[in-house]
Amino acid sequence: MKASNKLKAAAAALAVAGALGGAQTAYAQSDEIFVPVLVYRTGAYAPNGVPWANGFVDYLKLVNERDGGVNGTKIAFEECETGYATDRGVECYERLKSKKPVAVNPLSTGITFALTEKVAADKIALFTTGYGRSESADGSVFAWNFPLLGTYWSAADMLVQHVAKKGSLKGKKIALVYHDSPYGKEPIKVLEEHSKKHGFTFIKLPVTHPGVEQKATWLQIRQQRPDYVFLWGWGVMNSTSIKEAIAVSYPRLQMYGVWWSSAEPDVLPAEAAAKGYNGIALGHSNERDAPVHKDIAKHLYDKGKGTAGNKSEVGDVLYNRGMISAMLVVESIRNAQAKTKKKVVTGEDVRWGAENLNLPAARIKALGFADMVQPVKTACNDHEGVRRARIHTWDGNTWSYTSDWLEADSKFLKPLIAAQAKAYAAEKKITPRDCSKEK
Amino acid sequence: MDFFQQKWMTWILIGILGIGAFAPLYAGDARFPQWLEVVLGGLMSGVLYSLVALGLVLIFKASGVFNFAQGAMVLFAALSLVRLMEFMPLAVALVVTMAIMVAVAWVIERLVLRPLVNQEGIVLFMATLGIAYFLDGLGQTIWGSDIYTLDVGMPKVPKILLENVFEGGILVGMEDVIAAILAATLVGLLALFFQKTSTGRALRAVADDHQAAQSIGIPLNRIWVIVWSVSGLVALVAGIIWGSKLGVQFSLQLVALKALPVVILGGFTSIPGAIVGGLIIGLGEKLSEVYLGPYLGGGIENWFAYVLALVFLLFRPEGLFGERHIDRV
Repeated sequence: MKASNKLKAAAAALAVAGALGGAQTAYAQSDEIFVPVLVYRTGAYAPNGVPWANGFVDYLKLVNERDGGVNGTKIAFEECETGYATDRGVECYERLKSKKPVAVNPLSTGITFALTEKVAADKIALFTTGYGRSESADGSVFAWNFPLLGTYWSAADMLVQHVAKKGSLKGKKIALVYHDSPYGKEPIKVLEEHSKKHGFTFIKLPVTHPGVEQKATWLQIRQQRPDYVFLWGWGVMNSTSIKEAIAVSYPRLQMYGVWWSSAEPDVLPAEAAAKGYNGIALGHSNERDAPVHKDIAKHLYDKGKGTAGNKSEVGDVLYNRGMISAMLVVESIRNAQAKTKKKVVTGEDVRWGAENLNLPAARIKALGFADMVQPVKTACNDHEGVRRARIHTWDGNTWSYTSDWLEADSKFLKPLIAAQAKAYAAEKKITPRDCSKEK
Repeated sequence: MDFFQQKWMTWILIGILGIGAFAPLYAGDARFPQWLEVVLGGLMSGVLYSLVALGLVLIFKASGVFNFAQGAMVLFAALSLVRLMEFMPLAVALVVTMAIMVAVAWVIERLVLRPLVNQEGIVLFMATLGIAYFLDGLGQTIWGSDIYTLDVGMPKVPKILLENVFEGGILVGMEDVIAAILAATLVGLLALFFQKTSTGRALRAVADDHQAAQSIGIPLNRIWVIVWSVSGLVALVAGIIWGSKLGVQFSLQLVALKALPVVILGGFTSIPGAIVGGLIIGLGEKLSEVYLGPYLGGGIENWFAYVLALVFLLFRPEGLFGERHIDRV
């Protein structure tokens, strides 16, 4: 064989080996429940996508390893790389649909928008824990969407409440630096309403994908000198924002990130200079010693079965978020099994399970998530389940809570959610369910 | 279209851009110190675009190949350096990364370019697309896809100048100033290399005609390895500066895409063109984002460069400093 042919053969062998070895595939048996895992482990958003994916997959593995599955029924799962791109996310969904999934977590508001109609037709529950479209909290219109634990409207409302406690907002300026995508635009409506109510000037500063070019944005911040900056970024945009804030000497103490903008990958690149940066925490922060972490260490990492490259990543903010997202899917499956008395439940059953989820503090403690998840109770007209959060602040080394519990103002948000859901129902010709008749 | 391709069209275009740059001051939208800050910020960003564009121009000048993989090379070089620094001192890591980039150049020449000698430019361009995807994946597979902090001692804290003259002073990022000095040095060295060395002249001969260069004894394969190696080293410098500013991560190669409109503006074969093109784009996008953004909804920074490049393609396709190409038919 000539040298060039040898090289070609080696390259081909390498490509085949990569294709076979790299894919994490599991095929659902008839006695298993299939959950697709839409992730992004490569590309511009990978630093944030990877820990979430590791947490999500590790929890599913834990349930299979420790408990033998959900009530003895194993969970089969398969990862699909979306790159945080809506088209690739839809492609993943369509490809994995044939395996009869019961629930899907797209980890992208853009993909959520694209799947909202599809999941209703395919009867697959759409879990968007801490993200997705805010009006989908209204389950009478969005029967298949579950923006559990908090929507972006709840987050924006709680952030305004928090800064308002520091002094009247009348005459002040609040800037929103946001990812110019469906995700980043979500809080605008609530912040506009709040600016009218409180009398502050609301400045909108969009940052285009992927968010590495923000010099002009931060020069505007230096010129307009807002009293607070709310950051609605994702991936590299977050760390770039913090670095640019440093470059224009904007105080990090006056910056507040949403829960997708306040994790380790967001602050570590700026190192000590990120000290004082705040974020709203979706019930949890970077807890590492909860019983669930100990179980994951014992059943997975001690046996070499963990997903994260390094055991120390277990307990990072986004790892915990992924774990909690998986737990909510698992508990919805368990709830569905209890109702239907079936071992292998369908998407429709899981939708019911998610809509009638009741996780009081005692149950959350028994699951090993005490102090990380607030009691959750969903209903037909409330697919959010709970809307409480705290502020956590980066001290240069770790996150620590720096506020009491905040609770989104339902009285303020409910009419907005109802109006937006009604408009969606009219546009899509959906007849809202009568929740008083739902059981 | 001759009308549009006259030299004076260039001056008209530059004049329009100049008027646009000063317009905010006269339209009453800007106070002078704030405007100056935006101008300085834009120029500094422009220098960084120029750095990546230099790599593109270099390969195009020497081989007639438009290298779409330049951004991927920036990312690969920066990722290699930052991960190697975990195991060895900066100086050693730098040398090892340079060796890696030369090795990458050699592999590209052996596996991709050599089988494509005398092919159409578009074929070689498509090959570089493949190289870009391969390097992207390879870099992340070997070195990981997290954000890595690259600390080469660049100052992070900005300086406020003329505080006594203007309220709030004028903010200047020292990191950008050092980047600009480094870029200027690199340009000087490259200009010397091309003009004063025999290798530089050989590179230019190869660019003109592969076959003719071979017929007078210029070793095409060696020249390609040299030019891709030099381009890899330019990518390393760009990677160090961008990586130090933004952290080393995947998006570095997306930022590097801005080099494409820069070379369209400056001309594919002109090193000064890469510099001037970068400065115009950096300046234009920052000014338009700050002063037009509130009226157009923002996000201009991202598309300004490409729209400007389209305008240049229409009125002056060879760019500001490019050589006018005339084919005998």
